[in-house]
Amino acid sequence: MLDRIAALGRLTLAVVASLGRSGRFLAGVLAGVPSPSTGFPLLVRQIYAVGVLSLAIVVVSGLFIGMVLGLQGYTILTDYGSEAAIGQMIALTLVRELGPVVTALLFAGRAGSALTAEIGLMKATEQLSSMEMMGVDPLRRVIAPRLWAGFIAMPVLALIFSVVGVWGGMLVGVDWLGVYEGSFWGNMQSSVDFMDDVMNGVIKSVVFGFVCAWIAVYQGYDCVPTSAGISSATTKTVVYSSLAVLGLDFVLTAVMFGDF
Amino acid sequence: MGSDAYISLKDVVFSRSGRRIFDGISLDIPRGKVTAVMGPSGTGKTTLLRLIGGQLKPDSGSIRVAGYEVPTLKRRELYALRERMGMLFQSGALFTDLSVYENVAFPLRVHTRLPEDMIRDIVLMKLEAVGLRGARDLMPSELSGGMTRRVALARSIALDPELIMYDEPFAGQDPIAMGVLVKLIRDLNHSMGLTSVLVSHDVPESLSICHYACIIADGKVIGQGTPEELQAHPSEQVQQFLQGQPDGPVPFHYPARSTARDFGLGGEA
Amino acid sequence: MAQRTIEIIVGLFMIAGLAALLFLALQVSGLSPKAAEETYTLYANFNDTGGLRPRGRVSMAGVTIGTIDSITLDKDTFQARVAMSIHASVDNIPADSAAVIRTSGLLGEQYIDISVGGDLESLKDGDTFYSTQSAMNLERLIGNFASGR
Repeated sequence: MLDRIAALGRLTLAVVASLGRSGRFLAGVLAGVPSPSTGFPLLVRQIYAVGVLSLAIVVVSGLFIGMVLGLQGYTILTDYGSEAAIGQMIALTLVRELGPVVTALLFAGRAGSALTAEIGLMKATEQLSSMEMMGVDPLRRVIAPRLWAGFIAMPVLALIFSVVGVWGGMLVGVDWLGVYEGSFWGNMQSSVDFMDDVMNGVIKSVVFGFVCAWIAVYQGYDCVPTSAGISSATTKTVVYSSLAVLGLDFVLTAVMFGDF
Repeated sequence: MGSDAYISLKDVVFSRSGRRIFDGISLDIPRGKVTAVMGPSGTGKTTLLRLIGGQLKPDSGSIRVAGYEVPTLKRRELYALRERMGMLFQSGALFTDLSVYENVAFPLRVHTRLPEDMIRDIVLMKLEAVGLRGARDLMPSELSGGMTRRVALARSIALDPELIMYDEPFAGQDPIAMGVLVKLIRDLNHSMGLTSVLVSHDVPESLSICHYACIIADGKVIGQGTPEELQAHPSEQVQQFLQGQPDGPVPFHYPARSTARDFGLGGEA
Repeated sequence: MAQRTIEIIVGLFMIAGLAALLFLALQVSGLSPKAAEETYTLYANFNDTGGLRPRGRVSMAGVTIGTIDSITLDKDTFQARVAMSIHASVDNIPADSAAVIRTSGLLGEQYIDISVGGDLESLKDGDTFYSTQSAMNLERLIGNFASGR
């Protein structure tokens, strides 16, 4: 019994210590603002790695999710004779929820795990250490550009996801199932508000991007520098990011759309 | 060696995850000479280099490098001091996403504002010194182990440091590559007047190039002096290490319960 | 890959993001690019606003001419007071027009429809509609029908 309590205590201490380490790590990363001349090319390179290279998976998923929404929405709404409302349904679901959330999940799986593995491997092969010994702070040189890149790329990806999804929904709803195009867009436009829906979705994706990138670089930086350690850190990145995104989504939705 | 010491450690105690790695170690490393730090695997030789480089902090004791007390330095001062140090890691630690040329140019680009053609000249000079000027366009993954270490060596001397630390430079090298490295270390020390610290457990190679050597075991310095003094050292432990005898003061067996009890022969289990 | 190529690709990526935002703003949420139109405020009192919401639309003959600003309770009359912003271009609503709450379709949202009167006077900023018609309440309707009143 006492052993169990001790184990619980140990676990709690480990979690708190890890949270503290990651917070201090974040402070260290954010404190060192790299000079624009060296920092900008590094940032561009990382936006390419985490953003542009994630584009394909985001576009394809967005297209299919939009098409599925169109199909499902049509079969349900047609029972009430209001299939013209699928435009509004697709747009609201995508812009408010699926755009930011699914993009963040894909981002964690595609870019987050790659970031963790890359940084973990740099640690295992002593590249971070040797950088430190050359008088270069790896937090600024390696970690900061990756963190900022995730922060910047994520909203862009989420926006593209939503647009492609709306287009996919239109493809199914209008071109295939024959919903009148005017009422498709009209319903959508009268129910989607730019500030309340689109911008809130963007804010969500900014938060998700930051959290996913933070978890990914921290797990890489903090991993045990062995092959087993890197693989477990990569798994942790995907699991923690997904949980954090879904949990935060609830909190953000409650704050933004719940009137209380 | 006293006043001439570039690095001096006094009563350094360091422990990691409850295990005491250094138990009051004191060591002086003279300026402009090659000093070898030897000892069995797992005695914290690499840890010693990390302490000198300020990547780890000792529990107590003083570490002075070039007159600076390393553990108390502020971040900025520490990074400034590190620009005067070079370190050759065991794995080479080349940046895998940069070519050989860019790897060597990296410290120059970060720490200096030299024009591109000057950087090019310096990089080619450093690569020439390690005999790899022709390999400048290769990626680190295309290099052999020995070449990787030579490129890493070129990179660590790019800024003309005062001190260079070698972490196991000979481990896992074929005899030719080993010979090349021995020659390079000796030449660099000669031509540039570098203070060199060499951490290794390859006794003959280390003794052949060092001016001074010291042997660490069980968290203490068990013997130090010139290679000749060490060869004639009275301590059994030193002799066992130098000659590679399988049994001696460092026992062959890991500490265990008595044979009789483990095999269930001693009666009471 | 050369740094320049990467910079160009990343630039295109950011432009794609901006284009997506623009698309969501203009095509999906119907934000009109011109600056917010001049409006003036009219009021109407209802016994029951039903599911009417702020930001709902105000229309005349099916054409949107404004939006609902706020819905508050008048504590003296116990009626709901609805404030509407009407586009300044529609400045000739006859003073005896009625504000009617209607539902678009069976399940659609509720909006205010203005049935045009015949007065020569027009409503000015701050005026209140004289005649209104509250939301059709399906339950009450059925209740009335069942009790035979």
